[in-house]
Amino acid sequence: MERHLDLELRDLKEKLLGMGGCVEKAIEEATQALMLREPGRFEKVYELEGSINQSHIEVDDACLRLLARQSPLARDLRWIVAVLKINTDLERMGDQAVNISHNGKRYLSEPSLKPLIDLPRMAQGVRVMVREALDALVNQDVELAQKVLDRDDEIDNLKDQIFRELLTYMISDPKTIERALNLILIARNLERLGDHATNIAEDVIFAATGKDIRHGGGKSP
Amino acid sequence: MEKITTAQPVLQVKNLNAWFGQVHAVKNIDLQASPCTVTALIGPSGCGKSTFIRCLNRLHEEVPGARAQGEVFLEGENIYERGVDPVAIRRKIGMVFQKPNPFPGFSIFDNVAAGLKLAGVSKRSLLNETVERSLKHAALWDEVKDKLKAPGTSLSGGQQQRLCIARALAVNPPMLLMDEPTSALDPISTAKIEELVFELKKEVTVVMVTHNMQQAARVSDRSAFFLMGELIEEGETSTVFTNPRDKKTEQYITGRFG
Repeated sequence: MERHLDLELRDLKEKLLGMGGCVEKAIEEATQALMLREPGRFEKVYELEGSINQSHIEVDDACLRLLARQSPLARDLRWIVAVLKINTDLERMGDQAVNISHNGKRYLSEPSLKPLIDLPRMAQGVRVMVREALDALVNQDVELAQKVLDRDDEIDNLKDQIFRELLTYMISDPKTIERALNLILIARNLERLGDHATNIAEDVIFAATGKDIRHGGGKSP
Repeated sequence: MEKITTAQPVLQVKNLNAWFGQVHAVKNIDLQASPCTVTALIGPSGCGKSTFIRCLNRLHEEVPGARAQGEVFLEGENIYERGVDPVAIRRKIGMVFQKPNPFPGFSIFDNVAAGLKLAGVSKRSLLNETVERSLKHAALWDEVKDKLKAPGTSLSGGQQQRLCIARALAVNPPMLLMDEPTSALDPISTAKIEELVFELKKEVTVVMVTHNMQQAARVSDRSAFFLMGELIEEGETSTVFTNPRDKKTEQYITGRFG
């Protein structure tokens, strides 16, 4: 027998996944605009952020109603608590895509500093993390969520590498500071996106197993 | 009478079994309750939780054809020991039922004093003192102090239930048994009883059967899930309701059961 609660939970999941789809698209547009030097695509990011914000409110509202009316317990309760947190992460991810667009616009308004090599790799890595975090969410796939957690180190290392390289540009020629700084900020935005994907993966593991693996408890040995 | 506070469990049930004729209603239950805690017994209808709780004051064996076997230690004494008088046990361990059952024809005062009088207490000052203390303890005193001679049955349902709690408390029991104490009450009376349970557990160990998951989640420290006469899972309430160990518990408390 399907419970009424199951129908509502399914609606909630669909709403959250729609939001996740917008977030993925926003990250894609923001990073592609930068890599392909197509500043027109940044506008799409702002548009997407508007609908992400709208979903943010709707998902919170749906969770509040479910908590008040259905008094969910056990797995259902964990799931709704996880959704509340994932919702906040997705909204912040939308903001980060917008930040990439701001910084990217500034960067593209000037001649290119250098061919971008690590930044596209980092952007690709982050997009995979986000994709996998959302897939783990859909399928309640703990193994995949764990993989997302393990990927975060790669992203952090790439960010450090980018910082180091750009620092050398800034030291040798102060005229590069503004452009280098914009790229550093973008690397920082991408790193934050990875952190949010990590949070989502942690919440998926919590919802599925009841285990709280945050703050260092979840890395594979 | 001073209550002895000790880390020793107030209630310790060992390998308890109960039958109705040939029907094995309660199977090999081990359970314990620490002082000043509330234990909620949950599970679907017919799972044996009411039968189990009725074994804790030897009420079960009153049903024709019913019997119980095992050990139930109350403050270290086995109430199923040969030679123990079940009537004395029932007098000592009060029970509150689904429907409030004040003694018909008895005044509010006499309802509360009944247990003491049966135990042979006749000293007026002691009776007065105990009735007042018990009614205060049951959060009913302020509502009835000016009409102690009125019949117990003249009170509202929620008040009658608190009167029954006062009656059970009057004999200073180490443990209070409640069998769905709020299922016949409106939400406000229910909330009052639940608040009262929080107060009661400062001094009494409470074991409560409830069909209301949220009530178990709200008021109990530990929860025990019964299914077909067996104790499936017992643990800290916050764990049982957020991350139960057993799949059957999970299915029951999330309403996926049956």
